[in-house]
Amino acid sequence: MEHIRTPKVEQVKLLDRFSNKSVTGTLHLTATHLIFVESNSTSAQEIWILHHHIASVEKLSLTTSGCPLLIQCRNFRLVHFVIPRERDCHDIYSSLLRLLRPVSYDELYAFSYNPKQNDQEREEGWQLIDLAAEFERMGVPCDQWQLTDVNREYKVCKTYPRDLYVPITASKPIIVGSSKFRSKGRFPVLTYFYQEKKAAVCRCSQPLSGFSARCLEDEHMLQAISKANHNSRYIYVMDTRPKLNALANRAAGKGYENEDNYSNIRFQFVGIENIHVMRGSLQKLLEVVGTRSLSMTDYLVGLENSGWLRHIKAIMDAAIFLAKAVTVEGASVLVHCSDGWDRTAQVCALGSLLMDPYYRTIKGFMVLIEKDWISFGHKFADRCDQLDPDPKEVSPIFTQFLECVWQLTEQFPQAFEFSEWFLIQIHEHVHSCQFGNFLGNSQRQREDLQLKERTYSLWAHLLSEKQNYLNPLFSPSVAESHPVLEPSTQAYHFKFWRNMYNQYDRSMHPRQSILKHVLTLQESKRELEGTVQALKTKLQKFGVSTSPLKPQTPPRERSLPPRPQSLILGAPLLSRKEVQQEEDKEVFGEEAREDAPASTGGERTVEGSSATENGYGELMGSFGSKNEPGVVTLEFGVARMTC
Amino acid sequence: MELSEHIKTANVEDVTLRRPFHPALRGTLCVTSHHLLFSDRKDEASWQLLILLKNIDAIEKSIENLFGYPRAVGSSGTITIKCKDLLVLQLEIPGMEECLNIASSIEALSSLESMTEMYPFFYRPSHLTLHGPWGLSSTEQYYKQTERLWDRWRVSKVNSDYSVCPSYPSAVIVPREVDDDKLIRSARFRQGGRFPVLSYCHHRNGMVIMRSSQPLTGANKKRCKEDELLLQAVIDGSELGYIIDLRSAQQAQQARMTGGGFESKSCYSHWKRIHRHHERGKVVQESLTKLVEVCSDPSHSVDRWLSKLENSKWLSHVHSALSTAGLVVECVERDGHSVLVHGSEGTDNTLLVSSLAQLVLDPASRTVTGFLCLLEREWIQAGHPFQQRCAHSAYSHARLKQECPIFLLLLDCVWQVWRQFPLALEFSEALLLRLAQEVYASNYGTFLCNSEQERCAAGVKENTHCLFQSLLKPDIEEQYLNPLYEPTDLAIWPSVHPQSLQLWTGMFLRWTEYAQNMEEAREEVWSIVKEHRERAGPDRTNNTLSTHCDTLTPFENLMDELTIL
Repeated sequence: MEHIRTPKVEQVKLLDRFSNKSVTGTLHLTATHLIFVESNSTSAQEIWILHHHIASVEKLSLTTSGCPLLIQCRNFRLVHFVIPRERDCHDIYSSLLRLLRPVSYDELYAFSYNPKQNDQEREEGWQLIDLAAEFERMGVPCDQWQLTDVNREYKVCKTYPRDLYVPITASKPIIVGSSKFRSKGRFPVLTYFYQEKKAAVCRCSQPLSGFSARCLEDEHMLQAISKANHNSRYIYVMDTRPKLNALANRAAGKGYENEDNYSNIRFQFVGIENIHVMRGSLQKLLEVVGTRSLSMTDYLVGLENSGWLRHIKAIMDAAIFLAKAVTVEGASVLVHCSDGWDRTAQVCALGSLLMDPYYRTIKGFMVLIEKDWISFGHKFADRCDQLDPDPKEVSPIFTQFLECVWQLTEQFPQAFEFSEWFLIQIHEHVHSCQFGNFLGNSQRQREDLQLKERTYSLWAHLLSEKQNYLNPLFSPSVAESHPVLEPSTQAYHFKFWRNMYNQYDRSMHPRQSILKHVLTLQESKRELEGTVQALKTKLQKFGVSTSPLKPQTPPRERSLPPRPQSLILGAPLLSRKEVQQEEDKEVFGEEAREDAPASTGGERTVEGSSATENGYGELMGSFGSKNEPGVVTLEFGVARMTC
Repeated sequence: MELSEHIKTANVEDVTLRRPFHPALRGTLCVTSHHLLFSDRKDEASWQLLILLKNIDAIEKSIENLFGYPRAVGSSGTITIKCKDLLVLQLEIPGMEECLNIASSIEALSSLESMTEMYPFFYRPSHLTLHGPWGLSSTEQYYKQTERLWDRWRVSKVNSDYSVCPSYPSAVIVPREVDDDKLIRSARFRQGGRFPVLSYCHHRNGMVIMRSSQPLTGANKKRCKEDELLLQAVIDGSELGYIIDLRSAQQAQQARMTGGGFESKSCYSHWKRIHRHHERGKVVQESLTKLVEVCSDPSHSVDRWLSKLENSKWLSHVHSALSTAGLVVECVERDGHSVLVHGSEGTDNTLLVSSLAQLVLDPASRTVTGFLCLLEREWIQAGHPFQQRCAHSAYSHARLKQECPIFLLLLDCVWQVWRQFPLALEFSEALLLRLAQEVYASNYGTFLCNSEQERCAAGVKENTHCLFQSLLKPDIEEQYLNPLYEPTDLAIWPSVHPQSLQLWTGMFLRWTEYAQNMEEAREEVWSIVKEHRERAGPDRTNNTLSTHCDTLTPFENLMDELTIL
């Protein structure tokens, strides 16, 4: 709190990003959130912005109405305040600058966030996802693959998890030798096992081959992977980088496998660009879709020039190649890029998702992220800019993965148990630092931080509000009949993900949602069925037989527990209120209690606990008030008449 | 010349048919006066494909034969048939001569222009009878239904013999205080005689949307007192009206050189003019051609796809049509002022904008019947020259004259509205697709001719069946209903951010694999809703609230029993 000089500023204007509209309200600065409360309106909106979500704060030059403050968030929200007095603006600005750059992990929200669970509940939350059980589900260990304890103390590879699965024939000396020949010691290990064909998906980092170096242990390692699969004489080695990048790496003593040195490998470049290109591409994309009165031409041309969808397609192409090699040819595949924690994670995770319907369920998707991203050391802290950042390390690698999954949900509307809200919510929390899961860069670091003792797990939180993330069209029978997804990569299948990158721009969203409507139907049905059941029991108590009644069709398996109708889709339900009350207390403490926005009855959105407040509101909400039909803006440009 | 004289070879055996999603089929091909018929050779349950020759936009033939042996045995030809509904078929025809004959017959018969030889005049299905009621609505009916009009507006029959304005219907709605003589003078001052007439009266505030063609002010700024009076009578005392001119200010200026022009501030002091540029005619037609070309090219990489899509400009047209319609709605609903819409002729973009605005404003036009009535009033009776505009579609190599897919553009815009308000329209995408097909080639007479006058002369009402009537037959209408429909009284303002608009995949990618998964998902939505409905009881009309708080039948029984206890 010592960084907050001005906790409250009144008469602050919030400008709409795409129109000339603005609302006036009060700005509160707390230890964890920046809160804007709209004044004097019955449906006062509140905006809660978690400090961790803020990517940049900018003070623009003074105008007649005050001092503009532009805040850009990692969840693609952009708010534009105008603060009447420059001094207040400067206070807020400098406080935010300090607050959004935590210097130690202890300052992260996760360590102060307390959802009022006891220790046992917290522990249970952390035990939800069990990777050993996941490998067992795949059929590992088996006669060809075993668990190795070589990394028990993180001695062989600091960025890998403790438990690793390798071919039975790979002895410890081979493993250690191979790890010395790989960047950051990330030797080839199993990440997914396709039981039907005994084919393995393995991952590693680039070999330190330079122009001519060899390593017999590494060659043995690949041999062992190949031998573990009797279905195929060869394995694929996928280098997910463009060939040029791999060549350049050779000069630094790194590089790629020489096919002459390894027996029975088929080497393949895939051509996914590096983190810097991806960062630049997203930047361009956001510039385009954040433009005011954007024309159709500028939109399409800008979208194309950003290259974003091309990159998404490249990742998808790689995953499809991987899935085909494994499921059709029955060959094992070894995937790597440079360090084996960015592109490799994208391709392995997406490839597994194509092959295994389990990963398309809510629980399975959590397991997939836990396995290929968290445990194998995707550097979330660096990539998502959690702590004292190096801007060159930040990159939307995980966001791209989520987008690839979204593109698949669009192509296969019935194949996924979850809807896009699930993906958006995960994205929200990767950056919120509210839960412990994504903190730090590696498993080892997470253990050092004692996250399981000191923070809560996101997965438990998401599962508790699972009904919000269900896809009503999900059909398990489709998964049974078509376990392997074969997406088309025709250009027109790659669409701009508006609900992600413009998620806070309400005016852009469809005003009515089929998804929400169908969920509501299913729910009300469930409610009625509940009532019928209750009445039946009552009747039975009175001794009346219910046999003359129409036989009940059994409820559909996928129907939902009751949920209040007024809620916007995707908003956390039951737990939401609790969380808010919790935060109110915490945030306002004693000194600001009387200002707590909790006293205004309006709908609120809490940054970091809700993915909503974007426009999936129902029609009534948007157009209910007669004088000011919600979404009218001046987007049609009446422009006060040019004659 | 009899139609049959065009047919040189009526029947060919052993033809191979290839079409999207299906394995190749062998069978017999027949050419009749109006149809191309393909039937596979299996005796039982034979499968047939019947295509209206009118639906064929272009055909391409390629002949394989041995050089110098024109009648060589074993030579064959392939005809590629490109339909106006964007379907592409291939026919492999044994025998070069047969192939050429078939091709030339198709070419000749598909481009016939004689009205009375069109298929609707021969279409006589057993379940329909001629001389039934034709059409759904008329000017008089609209007037009768709209009580708000009775006080200040009247139905004028000044055009009953189509002499005042050949492209208007016989009856139009005009301000009560303007007599027919003034109308005639005003008509002389407007291109094609299309003087300002009422198109829509807003049920909330009585404000109206008028439409007309451009005034003929010319280079020396002619005036017409009666035209000015007519517009003055429209706003009647209220201080302001808006004129939405669908040309840029510069284009409007230029139009004066060729005798056209715009309503100047000095003469129409109570009207404010807003210019919105809209492409028309050839430009829009070329957009469609390019768009369809991009969509049917399977080789595009991600990058080239977007720039080609952009280059077609189709989505830009969708964008500007919806924006201007939004502007009209803003004037009427929010500002509470009346609007006059016109471009040059007032038969294309004018109708597009005014009918879209009505869809957004008026809940009545969002039902199946209401939407078809809207099309009938605002397009067919209002004199959109369907025959000229829809003679060819995206594939045609013919030299295009008056073609322009404005109506298709309307359907696309309606689809965009439906995407944003999936519960607000009673009809589904299927209806839009059906209309997109019917407007180019139809068994029905509805879209024939260019105006009411021509339809009268050709005896369309007496000798053809009405599409709209047949779409509304209960068993047929069912196919076109939106299961999610929940009527709302409010205006449905569409978002016009480019991010909110999308390519109409159901239309332009309908013959690709794209549509298939979507179709399954749609069926799933249907089944969920249907299941819900069945439980909710048969009362479909009462579904505003029923979806939330309806009662299950067993539930009612239980309640009864409980009360007895």
